[in-house]
Amino acid sequence: MIKFTERQLKVPRFMRPVYLVTGGQSQYARAFPEKRTEELCIDALTMAAEFIGMSPAELKGYIHTCYYGHFADHFGDQLLGESVIHDRLGLDPLGNIGVKTGGATGGSTIWEAAKAVASGYSDCALAMGWERMDEVPTDEGNNYIACAADKDWETPLGHIYTGYYATMAQRYWQVFGKSQDSFRRTMAEISVKNHGYARWNPFAQSPMDITVEDVLKSPVVAYPLRVLDCCLMSVGAACVIVADEETAFKMCKNPLRLYIAAGSHSLRVADRRDMEIPLLPNETPDQYQDLDEVFPGGHRYPGFTGFLAARMCAWYAYRMAGVKDPTEDLDFVELHDAFTISDIQTYEDIGIRPYGRGRDYVESGDCYLVNPRTGKQGKLPANLSGGLIGCMHAVGATGIMQVVECALHIWNRHAEIHGNPKLWKSFGKQKPKNWVDVQVPNARRGLAISHAGVGSHVTCTILMHPDHLLKEE
Amino acid sequence: MNNQAKVWIEKGAYKIKGEFSTPEPNTPIRRKDGKLCGVTNPRRLVHMHSYGGEAPFFEGLAQGRLLGTQCVNNKCEYKGSIYIPFRIFCPDCLAKMKIVDLTAKARKTARIYSYVVTSRTGAFNTLETPIRFIDLEFEGVSTILKSYLLVGEPEIGQRVKPVFRVKPTYTITDLAWVTADTKKPPKGFHL
Ligand SMILES: [Zn+2]
Repeated sequence: MIKFTERQLKVPRFMRPVYLVTGGQSQYARAFPEKRTEELCIDALTMAAEFIGMSPAELKGYIHTCYYGHFADHFGDQLLGESVIHDRLGLDPLGNIGVKTGGATGGSTIWEAAKAVASGYSDCALAMGWERMDEVPTDEGNNYIACAADKDWETPLGHIYTGYYATMAQRYWQVFGKSQDSFRRTMAEISVKNHGYARWNPFAQSPMDITVEDVLKSPVVAYPLRVLDCCLMSVGAACVIVADEETAFKMCKNPLRLYIAAGSHSLRVADRRDMEIPLLPNETPDQYQDLDEVFPGGHRYPGFTGFLAARMCAWYAYRMAGVKDPTEDLDFVELHDAFTISDIQTYEDIGIRPYGRGRDYVESGDCYLVNPRTGKQGKLPANLSGGLIGCMHAVGATGIMQVVECALHIWNRHAEIHGNPKLWKSFGKQKPKNWVDVQVPNARRGLAISHAGVGSHVTCTILMHPDHLLKEE
Repeated sequence: MNNQAKVWIEKGAYKIKGEFSTPEPNTPIRRKDGKLCGVTNPRRLVHMHSYGGEAPFFEGLAQGRLLGTQCVNNKCEYKGSIYIPFRIFCPDCLAKMKIVDLTAKARKTARIYSYVVTSRTGAFNTLETPIRFIDLEFEGVSTILKSYLLVGEPEIGQRVKPVFRVKPTYTITDLAWVTADTKKPPKGFHL
């Protein structure tokens, strides 16, 4: 579809408010040769229970239905892997279902759990996600990932996802980035930032103290993308518990309001037809009229320069939650930085900057906790967890990890977890001597974007402290 | 491999002959100190996959033709839209579309919309590296076909023309592209 009816553009509505009660995560690593997936999932659920002062058994006593995000069955050679985890968590005979939407699996899993609570079906639901990509050699893994493209029209072409994804990056690089060295450096700065923030996150897989030059010198994967422009490949698990108001306040003192919406676009990027840009509340119809003049080649929307699915999930979620301008209304974000360049594309898709102007979010310093240009607090810090580049991309868990990280900021308990030397030690690491607390001061509202590959599925989750809602109900 | 899997259809059912799945012995995975951590699970297997209503496209490549489809439903808001990748049904009205030969249009108007060059491949890759992935726009076509360039270095906006594999594999790799001024087709392909 390239035109939508009013019915299709209905602002999504929960039948009753949905609250985030708690969340947890496992350690993330490229491989866990001596751990089964269920061990990681139990780590995550146990952390979620302890976080609200419950035993795992007490927490389980509240759960009514379970939503499991696990994308790549074939990597683990186990169909119905969700059922295995459900049993190992000891949650039978509760209803459960598996969710698979590529890189957006984590976000989609929360989407399902939230709707179960919103509808009244369940008063409390578990959303748990994980991924296991360490059981095959790299070339077989590349083939498996390429199977998430169209099997007749794309996969036989090299069996390599880069070939289907990176042509989008190329188009953005040349049209909106104008192939400029300055733009290339801005891309690199995102990697420096996210690997840098990962240093303070005990769960993170790839903490690095690097420079823009290091990124620019890293090996080319597919020009303009280099190794340090790309997200990690990870194993790990994360979970959240959502509940209705009454149950949520029984389970903990300060649950957070949760809104979530989803969008989609064709799996084959080939099928993306030219259309009008759906506008966010902070955009005007005339503002894109000269897009092709300023950025020659920028005429086709979304073409390969925008992600319609990301635009649409923000379109729905902002209206659902009352967000008028993300930079003004939100205090921080966790974005799906699969690649440095797609991170910039997301700034535009979700309205942090207008189309074509995404780089300014980095260049202004707004995306930092402390703006390196001004020394003051950044306007809208992004990916303080380290994101997919610095923390992890354990596909089914990623979107859930982001929401857990967001919640810790609003609860003002980020340092309690990330700064706990015992946690560092339990992961076989030592808490850095120069450890930095990246708690966002007075965090009230945060957003997380969960995005699948070429943009087939994207979800937008918005968390708010209940005293700081934007919309009357 | 002389007992390779063969499949044909008789009376609406698959008939199969040859080797389809080969178990191989597993081996233990141990830590250096000898502790057992897991096992390998090797095997070779074959899928039988139907092209269904897209079969004419892949047969077309074998005959040196690039086939797309067009919505001809009078009631459709987007009647006349042309699609390549070949879609069986219109994405708007869901009417069955008409097959249209886009070979001449491709020779005359194909341009590179985007591209990427990579030497990385996955298991089972059959293309030579580096692979020059290209995405193609044709005049009057709604979509942006993905393929690969065999002659020349890709650039956005560059004019290219199709080449077809002489000995077809009946997959999308039977179609490739060369820069528009190429006179001689690359080895194994014809213009
Ligand atoms: Zn139609």
